[in-house]
Amino acid sequence: MINYIIRRLLYVIPVLIGVNILTFILFFVVNSPDDMARMQLGDKHVTQASIDNWKQQRGYDLPLLWNEESEGLSKASNTIFFTKSVGLFVFDLGISDNGRDIASDIGQRMWPSLAIAIPSLIIGVLVNITFSLLLIFYRGSFLEFAGVFFCIALMSISGLFYIIVGQLFVGKMLSLTPISGYVPGIDAIKFIILPVLIGVVSGLGSGVRWYRSLFLEESAKDYVRTAKAKGLSDLQVLFKHVLKNAMIPILTGIVVILPLLFMGSLITESFFGIPGLGSYTIDAITSQDFAIVRSMVFLGSFLYIIGLLLTDISYTLVDPRVRLD
Amino acid sequence: MLKNLTGIFFFTFLIVATGCSDSVLNNPYASGEGSSNVIYSSFSERPKHLDPAKAYSSNEYAIIAQIYEPLFQYRYLIRPYQLEPLSAKSMPVIKYFDKDDNPLGADATASDIAYSEYWLTISDGIQFQPHPSFNLELHKELPTDIDGKRLYQLPSTTRVLTSDDFIYQIKRLADPATQSPIAGLMANYILGLSDFSKRQLALIKQFPSLRKTQRLQSDTIAGVRKINGQQFVIKIKGKYPQFVNWLAMPFFAPMPWEADEFYSNPILKAKNITLDWFPVGTGPYYLTENNPNRRIVLAKNPHYHPAFYPKEGSIHAQKIGLLKDAGKQLPLTDNVIFSLEKESIPYWNKFLQGYYDASGISSDSFDQAVNFSSSGSAGLTDNMLERNIGLQTAVTTSSYYLGFNMLDKVVGGSSEANKKLRQAISIAVDYEEYISIFQNGRGVTAQSIIPPGIFGHLEGEKGVNPIVYEWRDGLKRRSIEKAKELLKEAGYENGVDSATDQPLVLYFDTMDSGPDSKARLNWLRKQFKKLNIKLVIRGTDYNRFQEKMRNGNAQMFMWGWNADYPDPENFMFLLYGKNAKAVHGGENASNYQNPMFDTLFEQMSTMENSPERQEIIDEMIKISREDAPWLWGFHPKAFSLYHSWYKNAYPNLMANNKTKYLKIDSDLRKKYQEKWNQPVVWPLIVLLIIVLILLVPAYLMFKRIERSTAL
Repeated sequence: MINYIIRRLLYVIPVLIGVNILTFILFFVVNSPDDMARMQLGDKHVTQASIDNWKQQRGYDLPLLWNEESEGLSKASNTIFFTKSVGLFVFDLGISDNGRDIASDIGQRMWPSLAIAIPSLIIGVLVNITFSLLLIFYRGSFLEFAGVFFCIALMSISGLFYIIVGQLFVGKMLSLTPISGYVPGIDAIKFIILPVLIGVVSGLGSGVRWYRSLFLEESAKDYVRTAKAKGLSDLQVLFKHVLKNAMIPILTGIVVILPLLFMGSLITESFFGIPGLGSYTIDAITSQDFAIVRSMVFLGSFLYIIGLLLTDISYTLVDPRVRLD
Repeated sequence: MLKNLTGIFFFTFLIVATGCSDSVLNNPYASGEGSSNVIYSSFSERPKHLDPAKAYSSNEYAIIAQIYEPLFQYRYLIRPYQLEPLSAKSMPVIKYFDKDDNPLGADATASDIAYSEYWLTISDGIQFQPHPSFNLELHKELPTDIDGKRLYQLPSTTRVLTSDDFIYQIKRLADPATQSPIAGLMANYILGLSDFSKRQLALIKQFPSLRKTQRLQSDTIAGVRKINGQQFVIKIKGKYPQFVNWLAMPFFAPMPWEADEFYSNPILKAKNITLDWFPVGTGPYYLTENNPNRRIVLAKNPHYHPAFYPKEGSIHAQKIGLLKDAGKQLPLTDNVIFSLEKESIPYWNKFLQGYYDASGISSDSFDQAVNFSSSGSAGLTDNMLERNIGLQTAVTTSSYYLGFNMLDKVVGGSSEANKKLRQAISIAVDYEEYISIFQNGRGVTAQSIIPPGIFGHLEGEKGVNPIVYEWRDGLKRRSIEKAKELLKEAGYENGVDSATDQPLVLYFDTMDSGPDSKARLNWLRKQFKKLNIKLVIRGTDYNRFQEKMRNGNAQMFMWGWNADYPDPENFMFLLYGKNAKAVHGGENASNYQNPMFDTLFEQMSTMENSPERQEIIDEMIKISREDAPWLWGFHPKAFSLYHSWYKNAYPNLMANNKTKYLKIDSDLRKKYQEKWNQPVVWPLIVLLIIVLILLVPAYLMFKRIERSTAL
């Protein structure tokens, strides 16, 4: 398995180089270094000299991909692409075009994102699995019909609607939680209750239906019939056997997103005033901050690949038949 | 069933447990904060800069203007706007010189004046806020576990403000490494600033490791000289009366060299602790917490110099009781907390709950807050009045206009035909309707380039733009028939080009091409349709739009301008030929050039406010109205709501340092917060009962299934 992991980790390098090139091309097709400078310097009284000065200080005065004026290897290395990319491969995320240390910003903002994302994921998965197993349990009854109808209704409502109504109902009308805001430490609990609750409820419809389809497929298998024939109760069959055997697709869905949880949710964090990473990339795109965009895309890609690797490893834990060679 | 019940009780426990320290559960602030003498405000976008040499946006000024104090400020309650000393002891003494540096009298003409000297004297005994940068031991060694919170736990001290701090800041403005947005502009005025910048750039290239403070202090600006610790002189080219307004902006606030030196430590840089984020000033407040993703907290500066609430105010200010605190020591509050609130809906709801002291009004909540009487005056709805909320309105010193590119063959130029085309469009585009539909009535139609509140603006019949309006018992837009007549005279009868017999098609360039702006663009098309002109919208992104404007490739566009200072020069220069964007890279976005206008501008810009200046402005307005390079558009009206505990609020569109005058009745606020935010639990109980009722058939069915056979 170690060989497999090493091999997979080595595959990461060409993938990340590809992602980096793609990000670079897409960004600079839309924004020139002059545009970036103008965006940072503002609209009033901007002169070409101040633009040139801005570019020079941040290394955007170099050619994009190929420097004709340089000699030998410097033709490739003395470029914006190389100087801005090479640090990423040793996880030196550098300084944003606005002058802030990116790693420090990420380190500070990832915790509030995790404070929302982790409980939302854990509670969401537990609730979704429980409800979907109950739907299987009540299969063919009016309760299953009502449950599925309820799920479809929940799925049909926009996520933003849950947030606005949730804030209005729980925060304003019932005055039970703050409408928005965040404080660090243990006091954070009262601020994360509402976003977590809304996150769980808004994901309930699609989550329950997804797990229900997994469990339905599993419960039609022969071992389920055998277990019932042996005299196990329906609940025992569902929660002990069906759930265990359906773990591979469940893990595929969960483990792959685990490393990405810290990146947060744009809309939830925006509406609830959570100082997380949800809007970090979008804000950087809007303000044409290439340093942040490339760092976040790089980090996102890397973590996604790590997530896939962890998923593969987790298969071996839940299914002894799986071997990674 | 047991599991479900446990879940519900757990949830209830969490709510109660986490909220038990407060009398209300939904208080969005940390325990204990709600009762103190603190102002609760917000910001919707994280400020880019808090360095006074770089900051140039209103959201940045809302914070740094409370921390940094320039030499002068705008009098809070006096109208028209008037400057008074702030960290200066007195208003500047201005001396004029000819090209050979011979002194001239105060009555010298602008053409004779080659240089002006501003003699500036600062008040005695002003001290900086407490800050670790003044502890010089910390310049040598810093704890490695430092972060934004621990910064202010380091041993701090202060020192007295001197003229060196102002001179150092002017050097920072010129320093290429600072990248101040006004460096280029100021280089046109301050003698030797440009040369200083060039020398500094050469030093940066030659000695990249040279410390910034050392580099800046090793050289001098020819036009800035120290007389003594309390006095210094700024020498500028020619006569520029508006320079004193610049001296009232944070750009010219004093900066201690120690701050620059302290923050140059790489340990601090790696933690994002820089001068751009942790200011060091002499103002009424100092920054104690800066998390631009959550909140920014200011606390009362314990070393703040004696400053008092004004004893004089306009008649209106006196009438509404704004002089009750006259003579009291400033600031009147201990803390200011700015919370990040990106979305307008939660912000509005929190204002209604009493967790923000004041609020603007977004379009979404406008109808909830404001209604208009039959006479058109704005008032509050019953819901707002029940909560004792107050309303203040003020026409802003801003202009939002639709510009014609005067370099364009069809709509631009000075020919009589094109002028009439522009005049016809000016009549057809109904800005009263625009304000009503898209601004909720919050704006006044512009009659010229100068907004109300700025010298040169005339009210009533005298101020009417006769090209677009007529005065018949009030302001009336000219009829569409008049516009059609002008269009015919321009050679486009009924929207058809008489030369080619083709329909007239015009192009509007915009970066607002998303779904939100669709209604506005459709409205604009409809306005042109009145003249049978087809309007084609050319939507593009920000970069391409700016490029078109720079190259003079746009035909028509919408643009806006906020006053830097209350002088007509700050608006008239938007039409000055030498500022044409496509030709000279200036702020004249419509590339308008009229020799007569330019001559008058050069004359007017160096004059003090006087009847003679008003005459010249009138003439300039007349010329520009005739030429119609802009549809003058509108001046937005700001609507602000504030709670009954928020005292001394008064609209002052020039002053950014208003927070020190504000007062909070924190007992009243606490009383209202408790009244408006009592937890309502009965819906939860009802919900619980419904769930229990639903569980009964589920339980019965569960039992039935359990009893049934497997196969």
